[in-house]
Amino acid sequence: MSQTITFGDSCAPITCHAWNKDRTQIAFSPNNNEVHIYQKEGSDWKQTNNLVEHDLRVMGIDWAPNTNRIVTCSVDRNAYVWTQGPDGKWSTTLVLLRINRAATCVKWSPMENKFAVGSGARLISICYFEKENNWWVSKHIKKPIRSTVTSLDWHPNNILLVAGSADFKVRVFSAYIKDIEDQPGPNVWGSKLPLGQLLAEFPNSPSGGGWVHSVSFSADGNKVAWVGHDSSINVADATQGKAVFKLKTEYLPFLGCNWITNNSIVVAGHSCIPLLYAYDEKEVKFVAKLDNTQRKESGGLSAMKKFQSLDRQARIETNDTLLDSIHQNAITHISLYKGTKANTEKFSTSGLDGQLVIWDIDSLERKIDGLKI
Amino acid sequence: MAKNTSSSAFRKIDIDQYNEDNFKEEEAEQSIPTGPDESEVSSLLNQGRCTEALQLVLSNAPLGSSNQQVKDSALALTLKVLLAIKSAQIEEAVGNLSRDDIDILMKYIYRGFEYPSEGSSGHLLLWHEKAYNIGGSGSIVRVLSDRMRV
Repeated sequence: MSQTITFGDSCAPITCHAWNKDRTQIAFSPNNNEVHIYQKEGSDWKQTNNLVEHDLRVMGIDWAPNTNRIVTCSVDRNAYVWTQGPDGKWSTTLVLLRINRAATCVKWSPMENKFAVGSGARLISICYFEKENNWWVSKHIKKPIRSTVTSLDWHPNNILLVAGSADFKVRVFSAYIKDIEDQPGPNVWGSKLPLGQLLAEFPNSPSGGGWVHSVSFSADGNKVAWVGHDSSINVADATQGKAVFKLKTEYLPFLGCNWITNNSIVVAGHSCIPLLYAYDEKEVKFVAKLDNTQRKESGGLSAMKKFQSLDRQARIETNDTLLDSIHQNAITHISLYKGTKANTEKFSTSGLDGQLVIWDIDSLERKIDGLKI
Repeated sequence: MAKNTSSSAFRKIDIDQYNEDNFKEEEAEQSIPTGPDESEVSSLLNQGRCTEALQLVLSNAPLGSSNQQVKDSALALTLKVLLAIKSAQIEEAVGNLSRDDIDILMKYIYRGFEYPSEGSSGHLLLWHEKAYNIGGSGSIVRVLSDRMRV
């Protein structure tokens, strides 16, 4: 039902990860300035490349499936677009982000002709390629963002962008770049769409509710889901007058959320297990825990394993604190592994324990009785 | 490494103050809540209708108020109700609350820990246990992350 991958002997947290189109390669950052690329060889994963261009910790990676380009962004205020030459080597192109704080997140647009970078400079850079100069230039969305942008997601129409921020707000913007695309028509979120137009703004909760950690557009583009530091799961529905449906959960805060069908969301975070929730146009409700691992008696504890487990949980005492879950520390990132956003078959999670886990929703569905996604 | 990097004083410099569009906390715009009615709560308590008194104080909690006096008197009143309810009744009282009220109750429990009186902390720990059984870690996190304090 789930497959765990660890890369080399490293127990460093995985800050973020991204797959290539056929899922034979993965790019991730082991919580430093490097981006490692691993290739699947049989059942093994071998490192093929190490992309070193950033000076400080890499915060975001995205791999465009069709154009096979990787974009990375980092605390050093830079973003790079990586393209692979015929010899398999990756080369970089500079992106002019024009920001004075760390870049925090990056996402290719669905058509892969532009990408968005969120940053601590309280703005979003929408970047597109300028042929004449052979570099990526950016336009800024500034207002009314009042704090660090923590996460981004594109609408399937390639124009709208949702951004979650540390000012406790989720905002939907138009990211239309008139230099490279045709005038977009109206949609459920709005009809006037110049760059930077604010189409919707949702507070995480009426009483503040803490940072927004992750945002996601549904596959039909009509709904936005987000999770914040108040352990809640929220859905805003444009077809219902942009009404917000909020569910306060009993878990620790979630750090990632992804739509896996048009009405179900998978979330994961500090509780170390992915959870499934459904939205039925009236409320958000709990469906299932996707990790029902029971604590196993580890047969023959080797010294190596013992130290690795100390590392994974970042503790120094030797008393046993193995968790009843596959991930042994907070899950920080969820990404689609197999299927589409409207019908996800498998997804992958990575986190502070340095593990990457691939979850098979089909077999989970069979295992958990009566689970309908 | 150079000697001067061991100093961490520079971390305390507020560089944001030199920024014109500095982040400011949003002003609470709602009407001034007055908090629960003391005489009504007292009469409920005297009649032994403790759970109703609890619901009354929680649903009228002056969350958005900027008036510390109103908050303090609401806290005193809520603590009075919490301490008046006997250990055996706590579970039932908590069971009757909505999830939003559990979150507010949790805020009052933590505030109550700040101002202990004879035997109050032990009693509040019982409340905490029962509230945690329903609200889970989520309601504790919401005490920390919410801007609307009690």
